[in-house]
Amino acid sequence: MCENCGCGLPGETPAGVSAHHHEPGHEHGHEHDHGQEHSHEHEHEHGPGHHHGHDHPHPHAHPHTHAHSHAEADHDHPHDAGGEARRTVEVRRAILDKNDRLAERNRGFCRARGLLVLNFLSSPGSGKTTFIRESVRKLGPDLKTGVIVGDLATDNDARRLRETGAPVVQITTGTVCHLDAEMVGRALKQLDLTNLNLLLIENVGNLVCPASYDLGEDMRIVLLSVTEGEDKPLKYPPIFQSADVVLISKIDLAQACGHDRDTALANIRRVAPKARVFETSAKTGQGLDAWREFLLQQQRERKALDPLSL
Amino acid sequence: MHELSIMQSALSLALDQARQARAVRVHTIRLRIGALSGVAPDALEFAFEALTPGTMAEGAELAIERVPARFWCAACTREFQSDDLFAECPDCHSPSGELRAGREMEVASLEID
Repeated sequence: MCENCGCGLPGETPAGVSAHHHEPGHEHGHEHDHGQEHSHEHEHEHGPGHHHGHDHPHPHAHPHTHAHSHAEADHDHPHDAGGEARRTVEVRRAILDKNDRLAERNRGFCRARGLLVLNFLSSPGSGKTTFIRESVRKLGPDLKTGVIVGDLATDNDARRLRETGAPVVQITTGTVCHLDAEMVGRALKQLDLTNLNLLLIENVGNLVCPASYDLGEDMRIVLLSVTEGEDKPLKYPPIFQSADVVLISKIDLAQACGHDRDTALANIRRVAPKARVFETSAKTGQGLDAWREFLLQQQRERKALDPLSL
Repeated sequence: MHELSIMQSALSLALDQARQARAVRVHTIRLRIGALSGVAPDALEFAFEALTPGTMAEGAELAIERVPARFWCAACTREFQSDDLFAECPDCHSPSGELRAGREMEVASLEID
């Protein structure tokens, strides 16, 4: 007997979803044999001619079960008590499945256009906007850069970034504490991608939530400013763990802040041993040459991998 | 706030699956949450209580399985579990960047009728 509705057919119970498909014209001959009275809630949709004799003249290929809720007593056909057993549905799907799929779409879209995509994450005030602005200036003619910037409100960052002459799209998230792949997908449509080969995405300043959301980037860049304390990577391991690059920013302030360089580097190594580390100051330009070389190298590798550019 | 939006996604995925299976009630939703997912089970519970009233999952149990972080040490060719989230091989003490498990956030299964 089918485990799902007790219909008498063998029924299929595939590993993933406990549902089966009926052949058109298949009839449900329910044999009910207990005397309880109860109400009867069918979740499936009935055609106009349906009656409670449980013969289904309509063909149905949808997953279908005859589960009943037996909360109230007002019901006159007998039931096989076995039909109402609890069922387990195996789901095994990522909660952010939808975001992950949209992120893959963004990734494919950008790869097809030869865009290298970086997702910048950090706490608020660690210098993302200033670093991105100075990067764009430094990269100049070698890399044609576009920027997508996310904040809860205002377009202040977009205005600061437009000073560079690069195309900029501001996403205002309202109350949402992170960017997601759908927002980035929409922003990509607003950005003139002609001739661009580098896209910098400035995420909402937040060291927790953005870590969970793939935007379709090629690399994650996590900033740690010297003003934040050397133990930030130990306090927020998930986001640093996900970093491809850790940028130590504002090193021009290191002495004033009593920044302990060795401890900071050791903490980064401990949490993100594979990440590339750059020590930079957007203000003095220190470290930006190495950063620029790194991006050019990444872009060359990207081109080498792309069969269309050969 | 983060857990609320994660729970919203989880619940909508679970309710979709329940509807597809023609459920009338959801009794249990089982999640697998990795130690490095950045999501706190307590906050998920709170969000679940807030989001389920009026849905098929009203009054349902939220069962959260924590998945510990597991790393791979290339030098010792072994996998090791790390409870304090730092990836240091217990044998050779070198750090590992090879995360094998611990980022999971998934809806594992449902109990329905």
